Amino acid sequence: MYLLKYGWSSITRNAWRNRQELISAGLTSRRDLMKLGLLTSAGYLIAKHGLSSRVANAKDMESPATRAFVDPLPIMPIKRPLANGANDLFPRPTIEPNNAGGEGRTRRHQAFVNYPGKFPFPPQKVYEIRQREALVYVSPDLPRQRLWGFDGMVPGPTYHALYGEQVLVRNRNELPANNGGFGIQQVTTHLHNAHTPSESDGFPFDFFPNPRKPAIANAKFYDQHYPNVLAGFASTHPPDGDINESLATLWYHDHRVAFTAQNVYKGLAGFYLLFNQYDTGDETRGFRLPGVRNSSDFYANVQYDIPLFLTDQLFNESTGQLFFDLFERDGILGDKFLVNGKIQPYLTVKPRRYRFRILDGGPSRFYQLFLTDKAANTSIPFWQIATDGNLLPRPIKVTSTVISVAARMDIVIDFRRWAGKTLYLENRLRQDDGRGPEANVGRSGSLVAPGKGNFILQFRVDTGAVVDNSIDFETNPNVQFYALPARETPRVKRKFRFERENGLWAINDKFFPEDDTTVNFRVKQNTAEQWSFEQEEDEWMHPIHVHLEEHQMLTRNGVVIGPGNVEYSRMDINRLQHNELNIIFMRFRDFEGRYPIHCHNTLHEDHAMMLRFDIDQTGDTRREP
Amino acid sequence: MSKIARRTWLAMAGAAPLGAAQAQAAGEKYAWPHVSARETIRKRYFPDMLLRTHEDKSVRLYEDLIKDKFVTINFMYINCIDGTCPVTTHNLTLVQEILKERVGRDIFMYSITLDPEHDTPDLLNRYARSYHVGPGWLFLRAEPEDTEMLRRKLGFYDRNPAVDAKKSSHAAMLRYGDEPRQLWSMTNAMIAPRTVADIILSAADLPGPSRPGWKRVAS
Repeated sequence: MYLLKYGWSSITRNAWRNRQELISAGLTSRRDLMKLGLLTSAGYLIAKHGLSSRVANAKDMESPATRAFVDPLPIMPIKRPLANGANDLFPRPTIEPNNAGGEGRTRRHQAFVNYPGKFPFPPQKVYEIRQREALVYVSPDLPRQRLWGFDGMVPGPTYHALYGEQVLVRNRNELPANNGGFGIQQVTTHLHNAHTPSESDGFPFDFFPNPRKPAIANAKFYDQHYPNVLAGFASTHPPDGDINESLATLWYHDHRVAFTAQNVYKGLAGFYLLFNQYDTGDETRGFRLPGVRNSSDFYANVQYDIPLFLTDQLFNESTGQLFFDLFERDGILGDKFLVNGKIQPYLTVKPRRYRFRILDGGPSRFYQLFLTDKAANTSIPFWQIATDGNLLPRPIKVTSTVISVAARMDIVIDFRRWAGKTLYLENRLRQDDGRGPEANVGRSGSLVAPGKGNFILQFRVDTGAVVDNSIDFETNPNVQFYALPARETPRVKRKFRFERENGLWAINDKFFPEDDTTVNFRVKQNTAEQWSFEQEEDEWMHPIHVHLEEHQMLTRNGVVIGPGNVEYSRMDINRLQHNELNIIFMRFRDFEGRYPIHCHNTLHEDHAMMLRFDIDQTGDTRREP
Repeated sequence: MSKIARRTWLAMAGAAPLGAAQAQAAGEKYAWPHVSARETIRKRYFPDMLLRTHEDKSVRLYEDLIKDKFVTINFMYINCIDGTCPVTTHNLTLVQEILKERVGRDIFMYSITLDPEHDTPDLLNRYARSYHVGPGWLFLRAEPEDTEMLRRKLGFYDRNPAVDAKKSSHAAMLRYGDEPRQLWSMTNAMIAPRTVADIILSAADLPGPSRPGWKRVAS
């Protein structure tokens, strides 16, 4: 091993980093090096000032070299509820906001008031989570990072929730005074994309503490009520909701207006998994998706069912600390790929089926992921079972999956045939800066060649026999999950135009916020609407997110979305590509109050690409709100 | 709320995430240099340059305008015929009215010309007077090549060269930031002045350590 200490010249350090870069990039042949201009004709390696820019297309800054596949993939622990429920909270939770007691909520919990029979107060399951400093290592080749995380972890702990079992989460803001360079100590947590009452949904202006609102100027906590209930329970499908609206893979993240990108990049995010009688986490019951539970502990990780939190980040070349480009607006790309908080980790798997719940944690990168056998230079097919955490009508065999910022894709990989092999999750989507991928998905030029993409995660497949009770889609091709929910005639059709304006981003010529009281449009509770998203520019891609319910996509640029297409599904992120017009079907049921629609490239979101809509009893019919 | 003395706070903000000695103690094989986040930000975004105010004083960008302050920064130019700059400037005068005496005490407003060839300190002075700009708000001119570098450093540029060439496309954005606390973001300068003020103050009055001149003001 190299002995590194003070006194190294920058040339020596760069040479060492170059070598690490070459190894991690798999560039060891003389031909590769010549091609990249890194080898002189005399055969000497040129001591470039780092090679990442050539390898990863970074811009003016590049991360220090790190070795790939030396750390095992971390698995986030499951968050445990308080032993005595609400009795363990001080002060006790209340339906009205407890501002005097230090709460940052400003509106009462609507569900306990409107549906007391369904949601007795307080809920039995109560959590307390703290947003605080997280001191973590992302790589053995980088210094300890000073980040922010829920319970001091990055990503935060994973929640296990059950449909029909409401929970209350007390979120404590204990972020340190010194932000270490970026991030703001005000938070509003969004559970993306649960069917959540407005006051618990993490609206961007509901952050705390907020010196502009005297009652919460020094607030320390915020109670969020997650009913874990199916959409339609108080409207179209009483009393339990529409089973076909079941959600599975959700995530929670900060949503503070104008600072979401910084706060989420800094680590304020984690997974939230919802189970029910079909999607059980137990491969012997229900849909029999891969997963083995600890039978005596609901709050233990499910074996063979693994959340993968993808982020791409940039680290300061000289200090090795996570770097956020404060004055960038177009989007931020990293040249390091992290999974569950580690740079390019490996995962040892058994030769059996696994479910992976893949999240694009942003801020601005889109992925098209392939399962690559590097040695044979082939792509291995796998099964996509969900979009944005919602099970498809049936599994679809694919050779790649596209993930937009904030989207989730659940896939099943069968490692049986690959015992003893090493495989990789490889991103081949071409994206050179934060504006979005270079070309629309599927178009020529959108992908880099096989084997030339970003190797994000390494799978080391064990040998030997292993039990696998999960369903095999190869031999059960007709398996069905949930049908797409029936659609009704929309009450109103609305148009949303996404564009660059005055150096920022606008929706229908409007910037968020216009005024702190402006409601851009009003939706009538328990009705359906048809929305079109359009973009006439070819510079940007916008992952559009609408809060409260999942949408069904009707057409992408005029092409009807039908069975067999992975977008024939329920989603909460609509990938709006260059020169596109997408039409979606939306519902707004059961709850009322304010929610946002916004671009989830968090840089675009923070630079005003957002509108507010309120769900109320009358609604409006503005066609271009 | 207890207030931490300025010196203590600045020392805290200046501390490296991890001292080199600690890093080595933690078993890291390479002693990463000690650079504070504050210093990193200064080096990357605030080039050492001189500007001239509309009162014809020479000021240094970081030392005089930004260091230890909460600031708002926008770009404008006098001969801005499509109306973006006049609307922005007018809107900011309303923001200044709302912020009252805090402008010049703990919040400082800067408008930098994009057209230094034409906008002399004297013209900027007349421009400021015509908008009844109050104290604590400076109109600034840098040398042409410095102006170009500065607007790029501060993020007032567009990757599309045709859009970038149009000066007024940079004139509707307002950067705001708290230098000692390293809080930086941007808003549209043409939205309701009350909202602009609200956005600024929700960051400026965050509970915690203070800047020089900062006083917690009831909403």
